[in-house]
Amino acid sequence: MYEGVSFVPLTWTDMLYLAPEFLLAAVFIVLVLLDLLLPKRITRQTIGWLTLAGIAASLLLVLLRMLDMNEGGVSSEAIRLLANSYRIDDFASLLKIVFLTGTGLIVLLALGSIRDDEAITDRAEYYYMLLPALIGAMMMTSSGNLVTLYIGLELLSLTSYVLVGMRRKSGLSAEAAFKYVVTGGISSAMILFGMSYLYGITGSVDLGSIAAALPDALVDFKALAYVGFFFMIAGFGIKIAAAPFHAWAPDVYQGAPTPISAFLAVIAKGAALAAVFRIFYSTLLMLQDENAIVSKDIWLALLVLAAAAMLVGATAALRQKNTKRLLALSGVANAGYMLVPIGISLSVVHSSNFSEFIYYLIAYLFMTIGAFAVVSTVSRSSGNEELKSFAGMYYRAPWTAAAMVVFVLSLSGLPVSGGFFGKLFILLGAANAKAYWLVGVIVLSSVISYYFYFGFVRQMFMRSGSEQGEIRVKAETGIVIWACAAATLALGLFPGPVMEWINAIFSLQSDLMINN
Amino acid sequence: MSILNDIPILSFILFSPLLGVIVLLALPQHRSNWLKKTVVIATLIPLILSFWLYAEYDKQQGGAAFDERQSWAEIPLNKETQAAGLSEFKFAFQYELGVDGLSIPLLLLTTLVSAMASLAAIQVKKRWKSFFIWFLLLEMGILGVFLARDLFLFFILFEVTLIAMYFLIGIWGYFNRERAANQFLIYNGIGSAIMLTAFVILVNTAGFRIDQIGDQVSFIYSGSYMDIFSNLSNPEAWVNLAPEQIGTINPFLMSDTMQWTLFIMLLVAFGIKLPIFPFHTWMLKVHTEAPTSIVMIHSGLLLKMGAYGLLRFGLLLFPEQARAFAIPLAVFGVINLLYGALLALRQQELKLVLAYSSISHMGIVLIGLAAMNELGLQGAVFQLVSHGLVSALLFLIVGSIYERTGTTELGELGGLARSMPFISGVLLTAGLASLGLPGLSGFVGEFLSLLGLFETQRWLTAAAVLGIILTAVYMLRAVLKITFGPQRDDYAALKDARLIEAVPMIVLLAFILLLGCFPSVLTDTVQLGMDGLLDQLLATRAGG
Repeated sequence: MYEGVSFVPLTWTDMLYLAPEFLLAAVFIVLVLLDLLLPKRITRQTIGWLTLAGIAASLLLVLLRMLDMNEGGVSSEAIRLLANSYRIDDFASLLKIVFLTGTGLIVLLALGSIRDDEAITDRAEYYYMLLPALIGAMMMTSSGNLVTLYIGLELLSLTSYVLVGMRRKSGLSAEAAFKYVVTGGISSAMILFGMSYLYGITGSVDLGSIAAALPDALVDFKALAYVGFFFMIAGFGIKIAAAPFHAWAPDVYQGAPTPISAFLAVIAKGAALAAVFRIFYSTLLMLQDENAIVSKDIWLALLVLAAAAMLVGATAALRQKNTKRLLALSGVANAGYMLVPIGISLSVVHSSNFSEFIYYLIAYLFMTIGAFAVVSTVSRSSGNEELKSFAGMYYRAPWTAAAMVVFVLSLSGLPVSGGFFGKLFILLGAANAKAYWLVGVIVLSSVISYYFYFGFVRQMFMRSGSEQGEIRVKAETGIVIWACAAATLALGLFPGPVMEWINAIFSLQSDLMINN
Repeated sequence: MSILNDIPILSFILFSPLLGVIVLLALPQHRSNWLKKTVVIATLIPLILSFWLYAEYDKQQGGAAFDERQSWAEIPLNKETQAAGLSEFKFAFQYELGVDGLSIPLLLLTTLVSAMASLAAIQVKKRWKSFFIWFLLLEMGILGVFLARDLFLFFILFEVTLIAMYFLIGIWGYFNRERAANQFLIYNGIGSAIMLTAFVILVNTAGFRIDQIGDQVSFIYSGSYMDIFSNLSNPEAWVNLAPEQIGTINPFLMSDTMQWTLFIMLLVAFGIKLPIFPFHTWMLKVHTEAPTSIVMIHSGLLLKMGAYGLLRFGLLLFPEQARAFAIPLAVFGVINLLYGALLALRQQELKLVLAYSSISHMGIVLIGLAAMNELGLQGAVFQLVSHGLVSALLFLIVGSIYERTGTTELGELGGLARSMPFISGVLLTAGLASLGLPGLSGFVGEFLSLLGLFETQRWLTAAAVLGIILTAVYMLRAVLKITFGPQRDDYAALKDARLIEAVPMIVLLAFILLLGCFPSVLTDTVQLGMDGLLDQLLATRAGG
């Protein structure tokens, strides 16, 4: 009837494998009830800390599962649940670790910044609504089936809309939420529309079956396959805010509470990229002979999208004066960098796409959340989010300014920082695949971006602001800033261990590709 | 042999400024005396170590004994698309340091000029602590550039100098400091971006090697300079194997077009730093806006990184292309020489006179390189060292004059010899060294470079000699205007150099004299290390 959709009931063992997700869901429900039942005088910060505890526990479960799975070495088989619609493999686990860590840092950041944000009325929701969004992101990385993937995507999107509109007393926030709902809805529709074409020509929503049926389907329905894939590219392009699908990002990031902007920039973007990675690699890599042309075209489309994102993001940010809008546009350029390892595909001499991708994603996570944390601190003390509010930070908060320098270096891809090696690996990969034009675009957009990233440095060190008082950093925000700065530096000094670890457990065959 | 073989002296030299940074970080901000002592001592340590190294180097007839190589970042690559049984597939970035006849004079110059600049640096007026930290990081970057033997280590340290300079210009510079810093960042950022692109392509083609130990086969992309160097010059290496020779497509083959592209890219990347004529506008701003000690380092050392990179990566990795490109390179050199000299003649601002003079002198370096023979190369290296010393000295004096008179406009200066005889005397000598008076260091470099070019390109040499005459004219015009002539009344009471200013002036001057009178101190060392390099350049010349 519905080919590829599983009606297999959930077993107890399945529940065990799904423990990280279920744990988050359980914590979510408990927190909702707690928020209802607890009297008003008890501060909602407690709920924030409980959210954090839930995320930490889930992270632990993912790690344990991963260690357990990899005892058999690189080629350890993936665990397939519910007729292969849900997969526990190293691709998913690594990304889940990234997302859980990122969300943990974001909750901490929210804990540090919420007290000053008068516009947020529902403080408990602000924390626990991050959980379903996180579950959605985790589902997207684990799904082996278009329907599961779409459900994860919607779970992430719908909760994100709510989170963006969390500052109910602020007009900007409402505007941002509305814009995000509309563009997000369009994006979901496009993705679904594209998926429906794939289902139409292959008769299945299971990624493995699609991959198996696609070569035959292409004989008659080549054009329809293109339509399907291009719609998906456009839809996911909106989700990851890659130019030309990025116009919503600056408005939404500006209106959303700062920690939520960071969540959109890192987790929402990362999850959509992971989905692109999984869908496109699973379905397109096995195409051969004359069908290879189709896959080549689609890889090229991804690369063009990447190039456009890098160039547009970097140039649009040049004249940007608002820090959150600026970081949004920086996120556009970074989406471009992360699309590169996906789009260059595999070749005889080059197959390390995933380690390049995830290394950059990890570096991006730390530098972006760190930068947002600094922005939230500064904007709290100055009352606005303009670049000018950074003026004279050298005098007002020298150590925070120093941490910001680390993030700026990393974002612009200068040593010694994680961003440098992340970009270097992507560059080496692109050069390895002989995509020299792309190498040119990457370095060009990096140089353009020096100008606006160093705008922070100019303000912090070379201008003196109107305000003189010391900027006080909340303990929670301070932890986030310093953890991110330390991680960024560590990734920049010793890139080896992380890459070795990923290489030791990750395998394209058994961890990324889905085949029956 | 000595104990030197056991201790990593190059690492000590490279990281001793970093040690200073750590001490500085630990010291409280208001202890300005301690901070100043720390920065001076932190520059003296590498100075002493590098002189020791120099002495040992001569005794041992070469630098191979000092080489250090540690694996630093080994990035394993996914092996699934490779044939089964491959034991390793990775990027290997080494922490690799080395010295040879080319780098050791520049290393010595770096430690010397940095130590002298640190004496000028301690007179900085605000935010000492962070100034000193960036200053030492800058020195570390420059030292690393001359020591690094791995492409990415080189790149990272090259970028460290870029970042440090950005802060140093932007915070402590003169009135238009921010503009100067931005322009510096973007121009040099473009240069580094082009360099990085070239390096990435080099590692992916020429860096590839296959190691076989027993049945353990490893595919390695190496970032090591020596690996790339030997692969490029080895016709059996993968980078040089045409598909017909091996019967399959070779993804590592570097075509002729690609070799030319890379050569031109490296030429542009380092040409911006040098700077070669159309790329020079940023350095004028830096020369006028940066604080004294930083201009000393910039003019004395950073420009040399461009020439060093051009020689080490451009000419030595691609000797065939370099040889074919010798005439355009010589033409660029002559253009630099004449353009710099002519514009220096027209400037009313002392700093700009010296900035254009730097462009002009870098033209001589290009001329020496373009000669592609032993004399020319020796001349180029000699000119690098000599100009490093002379321009550092000149800018030190400019700083002292500005501090006293508040201006560097030639029109407003005059008759300083009466109130400041010592400074004026040093200025005159430095000016003479700059214009190439025999007996001072400037002469030897110019002479050798032009002599070298004369062997290959007579007419260009003749044109270049015109530039030498112009040098004399603009240099004397500026120096005489400042020192002699009517003295303004308010300049009568100016004090001559303090001890802290006089010491670096005397030291720099002593080295200028030493090199001028006994050029063999330097040329022997250069020659010692250059023999191998030169063979490389000349062998392809004979063969091709």
